[in-house]
Amino acid sequence: MQHTFVFYVEDKPGVLTRVASLFRRLNINIISLTVGRSERPGLSRMTLVCEASAEAGHRIRASLFKLENVVDVDDIAHAPVVTRELALIKVAATPQNRAQIFDLVEVFRAHIVDLTSESLMIEMTGVESKIEGLIEVLREDEGRILEICRSGKMTMRRGHHVSNVLRAMGAAEANVEEPTDSVQPEKEAAVVEPE
Amino acid sequence: MTTKPKPPSSNSHFTTPTRLTGAEIIWATLVGEGVDTVFGYPGGTILPAYDALRKFPIRHVLVRHEQGAAHMADGYARASGKVGVAIATSGPGSTNLVTGIATAMLDSIPMVCITANVSSKLLGTDAFQEVDITGITLPVTKHNFLVNRVEDIAPTLRHAFQIARSNRPGPVLVDITKDAEIASTVFDFDAARPPAYRPHPMLRVEESGLAQAAELIRNSKRPMILAGHGVTESGAMEQVRTLAERAEIPVAMTLLGIGGFPASHPLNLGMMGMHGESWVNSSIQEADLLIACGMRFDDRVTGKLNEYALKAKKIHIEVDPAEINKNVKVDVALVGDLREVLESLLPRIAGRDGSAWIKAIEAGKGAVAVRDIKNLPDSGHLYAAHVMNDLWRITKGDAVVVTDVGQHQMWEAQYFHHEKPRTLITSGGLGTMGFALPAAIGAKVACPDKEVWVIVGDGGFQMTACELATIVQEKLKINIAVINNGYLGMVRQWQEFFYERNYEATPLVSPDFVKLADAHGIAGRAVKTRGEVDSTVAEARAHSGAFLLNFLVEKEDSVYPMIPAGSALHEMIRRPGKNPLVETAQDD
Repeated sequence: MQHTFVFYVEDKPGVLTRVASLFRRLNINIISLTVGRSERPGLSRMTLVCEASAEAGHRIRASLFKLENVVDVDDIAHAPVVTRELALIKVAATPQNRAQIFDLVEVFRAHIVDLTSESLMIEMTGVESKIEGLIEVLREDEGRILEICRSGKMTMRRGHHVSNVLRAMGAAEANVEEPTDSVQPEKEAAVVEPE
Repeated sequence: MTTKPKPPSSNSHFTTPTRLTGAEIIWATLVGEGVDTVFGYPGGTILPAYDALRKFPIRHVLVRHEQGAAHMADGYARASGKVGVAIATSGPGSTNLVTGIATAMLDSIPMVCITANVSSKLLGTDAFQEVDITGITLPVTKHNFLVNRVEDIAPTLRHAFQIARSNRPGPVLVDITKDAEIASTVFDFDAARPPAYRPHPMLRVEESGLAQAAELIRNSKRPMILAGHGVTESGAMEQVRTLAERAEIPVAMTLLGIGGFPASHPLNLGMMGMHGESWVNSSIQEADLLIACGMRFDDRVTGKLNEYALKAKKIHIEVDPAEINKNVKVDVALVGDLREVLESLLPRIAGRDGSAWIKAIEAGKGAVAVRDIKNLPDSGHLYAAHVMNDLWRITKGDAVVVTDVGQHQMWEAQYFHHEKPRTLITSGGLGTMGFALPAAIGAKVACPDKEVWVIVGDGGFQMTACELATIVQEKLKINIAVINNGYLGMVRQWQEFFYERNYEATPLVSPDFVKLADAHGIAGRAVKTRGEVDSTVAEARAHSGAFLLNFLVEKEDSVYPMIPAGSALHEMIRRPGKNPLVETAQDD
């Protein structure tokens, strides 16, 4: 199954290698990994998606915690979350056939962010399936897609959420909701994922 | 090691903040952390540190190869329970440590390795003797650091010691650039204190888990305690013993669990696993409850996983959350320091009559329990098992035995009985040949008053035999028993069993080890018959300096019983011959 981990790491050189090396050692392929600064100074936030057996989640989380530079790990499992991915897609388009692509972009609520006489660039944000959908439609015309650049998934739990670990570090002043223990499977989200 | 690291002694060489070079800060921090001995080898980039060494109350043991330095630091840690320290220069000096670091990693040994690297402005330029040692050791260290500022040396080293000792112990490498060694700053040991120790966030011992474990123990008919290395590491010997005695539960040990529970204790069944006692493995297969204490269900212990202990519920008490359900799915996980967990559990354990199950195990032993090798007539053959058993009998088991890897390691585990923790030092997880001789040097340096025996095969001995010179230079009284069968014995045994006796690359031509010892100024004797064992061992023990005994044992003897890799625990290969039940050394 697909696992998604959201975790905070120290913003130091070499930390990404340690994370990547752990998955390599466990013989688990990383499907996507996004890294960026977080709301906390000195800490980066990673969202990592990987394919592993259903039981592997516990060990991956425990192993991530064993890395000295990892501060907190959230195994998203079935928690209610918002997930987004950004894609930039460059397609071959001439003034004669642009209009068709404009329509597509409209339907998928994407944007055109660059336009030349031979090509145009589409920017699209959304859940993975939506991006896959656009790519599939664009592929109907062979050779039309010139480049695809995808950010990988970014995931955030819905509602107030601060982990036990961050709370212990003094991060939870403003949040009143009890932290959910991410080890326990949680009930499926009642919230409908908006398009 | 407990999950809460003990604070280092505050006997820093410098009680007030003092301006020092980075090189001096390395030693000053080590002194502050309570280190009095290091094992190392100098070279270009670590020279500033060596230049400053004479100012500090630290014994430096000069090794002959950096792999030896890592194994010595490891042996020192295993024998003493303290953090071992190895020092090496950049490039090949640091890469030579790698096997020793991996050995310590697989067996959870607290160790700090300090390497120097080229100056920070040269990093990444392929400078002379530059190597990315933090990159190389990343998967085989608990953590590692690259330090290129003098201000960071003391805090980083202190942090390294904290990491090495805490939670599940392990090796930490600190790589320091030469310019950081040369620069100077104000050294303040107390200010360099690492951030507050943080236990692994997934440690979890809940009331419900303890209650469930107690109930499983109360209701079990055929329980067993599986004692691993964690018993010694956590210092939980008394707690395991109390649990076993109060609830009358028999105890089986992993290889690294040997010594954690007294061999002579009536509840001690012996070693489990690939070369474990047959009745131990049979009992595990029959048990209805396994209480795994500080062990990790290694494949050498479980055999074929989907046929392992199918009738048993499992309680796993373990300090590393990543070990829970890794190999064997358990029913109750108590994730924390073994001693602390058992202390919480013991008040819930009532007296229990386990005699029926113990009698059943005893009955199942039958003739295979007869290990009557000491009464065998001297047939002219010398078997390794004789040597082990005689060494145990002559030393009364009161020695630190350091074994290498292979047949002799298994025979030692079977025929030398250990009553106390830290008296068997061996490379379990990584199975590193060449470990014994240097690790014994570390053990002897840690415990100068103890009798130390190296038991090593003719193959493994030649991997690190250069450290004989270290023994002489350091004037160490170490007794060396080479179990010499002219083969890479365990590999030959596999070839015999599984490769139709195709003895490819296992016959071994060796130098005369007695002459080799003599060339180093070490006395020695060759031993060819059973009748000579007593007198030569007595001579070795009485000799003032190191002594080597070259035991020329039966060439094609095998270790029995054996569970072939990937087979279930009950699928044992037994010793062939007239009396297949008697697992004694009477091959012919």
